[in-house]
Amino acid sequence: MKELKIGCGKPTGAKVGEKAKEAAPETQSQAGKEITMSAVRVGQKAPDFEAPAYQDGKFGQVKLSDYLGKWVVLCFYPGDFTFV
Amino acid sequence: MAAVASKYEEIRKLDVEILSVSVDSHFVHKMWQDNELSKMVDGGVPFPMISDGPGNVGKVYGVYDENAGVEMRGRFIIDPDGVVQAIEILTPPVGRNVAELIRQIQAFQHVRKTNGQEAVPSGWYPGKPTLTPGPDLVGKVWQAWKVKDAF
Repeated sequence: MKELKIGCGKPTGAKVGEKAKEAAPETQSQAGKEITMSAVRVGQKAPDFEAPAYQDGKFGQVKLSDYLGKWVVLCFYPGDFTFV
Repeated sequence: MAAVASKYEEIRKLDVEILSVSVDSHFVHKMWQDNELSKMVDGGVPFPMISDGPGNVGKVYGVYDENAGVEMRGRFIIDPDGVVQAIEILTPPVGRNVAELIRQIQAFQHVRKTNGQEAVPSGWYPGKPTLTPGPDLVGKVWQAWKVKDAF
């Protein structure tokens, strides 16, 4: 995991190759700024992304493609401190 | 998450990495780890807990709920080539089954090991019979495999 510099701002993740939303110029139209909801399908490549993460007491940056050559389980969940 | 963490060693032995993702900041991940997860499992969650505040990653994977501003319980098994082999998505109130996750990983790894020559029937666990698709198997699955093998 690449170390992440800690500031007061909240870093965000993004699909690799796509600019993070807040970096988009203001003149861009609203429609152009939206990241459309897509569906990942079985048998197709998992979209690469890079995002901040917490592990072993450290803050870092995780990139999915760094795990090529290994099996990966990507697990989304509704939120920390939820009950299930 | 604690359930997955408790089986982490077993999953790691299968050469699998786990990445968890939610919309919480990495600061909140730390607090959850320190204040709750570490009390449920020895050492807490050992794998990276990814922070996806605006749901950018969740949107790309089709699991972000715009109205609630959270991500659904989406689980993707990705092979060493970066190809998605399995997807399971549940709404928030029902949790997943880690044993089934491990079973599916073992099944996909078996198929990969045989270069796709063998297929893994319903309810397969390591040690149970597999099927070798080919002209000779057409119409003969009833001989090669019994429904009771699924349970």
